[in-house]
Amino acid sequence: MVIDTLKCVGCSDCVVACQTENNVPIGYCRDWITETVNGAYPNVELELKSERCNHCDNAPCVRCCPTGASHIVDGGIVLVTGDECIGCGACIESCPYDARFQHPEGYVDKCTFCHHRLEKGQHPACVSVCPTKCMYFGDLDDPNSEVSELLKNRKYKTLAPEAGTDPHVFYLT
Amino acid sequence: MQEELFTSGRSIPHIDPSLEIWHWPISVYLFLGGLAAGILFFMGVITVLGKEKEYPSTVKYASIVPPLALSLGLMALVYDLTHPLYTWQLYTTIRLESPMSWGAWVLLVTTPLSFLWVISYYSELFPKWKLNINFLNNLEKYLKKNRRYMAMAFIPLSIILGIYTGILLSAFNARPLWNNAILGPLFLISGLSTGAATIILLAKTAKERHLFSKIDLILIVIELGLIVHMIMGMYAGSEVQLEAMELLVGGEFTLMFFGFVIILGLIVPAILELTELIGFKVPVAVPALLILLGGLIFRFVMVEAGQITRYLY
Repeated sequence: MVIDTLKCVGCSDCVVACQTENNVPIGYCRDWITETVNGAYPNVELELKSERCNHCDNAPCVRCCPTGASHIVDGGIVLVTGDECIGCGACIESCPYDARFQHPEGYVDKCTFCHHRLEKGQHPACVSVCPTKCMYFGDLDDPNSEVSELLKNRKYKTLAPEAGTDPHVFYLT
Repeated sequence: MQEELFTSGRSIPHIDPSLEIWHWPISVYLFLGGLAAGILFFMGVITVLGKEKEYPSTVKYASIVPPLALSLGLMALVYDLTHPLYTWQLYTTIRLESPMSWGAWVLLVTTPLSFLWVISYYSELFPKWKLNINFLNNLEKYLKKNRRYMAMAFIPLSIILGIYTGILLSAFNARPLWNNAILGPLFLISGLSTGAATIILLAKTAKERHLFSKIDLILIVIELGLIVHMIMGMYAGSEVQLEAMELLVGGEFTLMFFGFVIILGLIVPAILELTELIGFKVPVAVPALLILLGGLIFRFVMVEAGQITRYLY
């Protein structure tokens, strides 16, 4: 997933779309908006971005899971199988992005990149609802995909790369 | 200046503003697990060396503690799970990269074995019970013959158990306070020290008490060294680790860490044990209880402070 921080206006539509699409319990969220202010007036920079599970290549949550409930499926998406999760919380402790939470029913929940929608050939709910079209979803292994082109031609960053997780949500700056 | 905030108002229960995923049962379990590992280790070593007759409290009376501690610890662990009905899923797989998986399997072997050990001493431990159950008597006879093998198993098992309580935390790179390699050995040594303190409490002869006072003194010195190592390593670390150390040094956990863990839990009992060994009269229960309390508070400090430290936000 590629997110253009220059286009994001922080409207939280992605947050609401996700909660509706995935029946996220009230008070919880799988994605969220952060606002980073840099500098002091008059030299101020404001960065808005939508954050979520980074579906890391080197996912600490998958490595520390004692039952294998957290796993990586084909295509690199990190998922949790609710019926295999014992709710030990190890994956929540292991996530540098604090992207996971305990669902009120006990198992651990987080962003799935709307795996159920992807299977139907649709984009994740957050991507398809974004009014400024600041989010892009696609195959990074395909050098001609839209996301690959964006990463080729634009400056980008990832979150907490120093944690060594190899995150897969890229922010255009 | 840089300022970051959640404009979408993220305040997920137990996640924001800082993690509250692992509560007091985890701290209690880490303490009990270390304590049990410590006693099992000494039981194993003394039996393998063939000195059971000289140190009966260790192999006999103290052996009641590990099965109780492990059972209580396991109950605490399951109590802190949010999906406890699926606990059996732990035993459908072995995940080498997950310390918790290692721990679950080691506990599955160690806990029953620690019960069997008590059964092997059952007629000596509970002479008044006189349960004339054939099965129990036969089992006791059989276990008595194989006690040495059980002791041999306890030595590696207890080391894995003791070190795993620390590695469980240190394997999380996302929590900078936990993410230091010294935590495994530190928890192992602390566990051995609390085990030795329990044996001192239960020891019936001065000889046994003094042996474990000496062992405990050495362990305390090593533990203090490892704590200095941990602080030095964190101060030589990255920004997030420096911030993590501020919680313990000068931050909200300073009194707990330096006052209760280092001074009251390690230095004071070490001085008391030393004066007792030199020949002054000191009630040994005082240093032993201080060590146990210090070990417990140490786990609480590490578990709670660690969850405050994070990479982002």
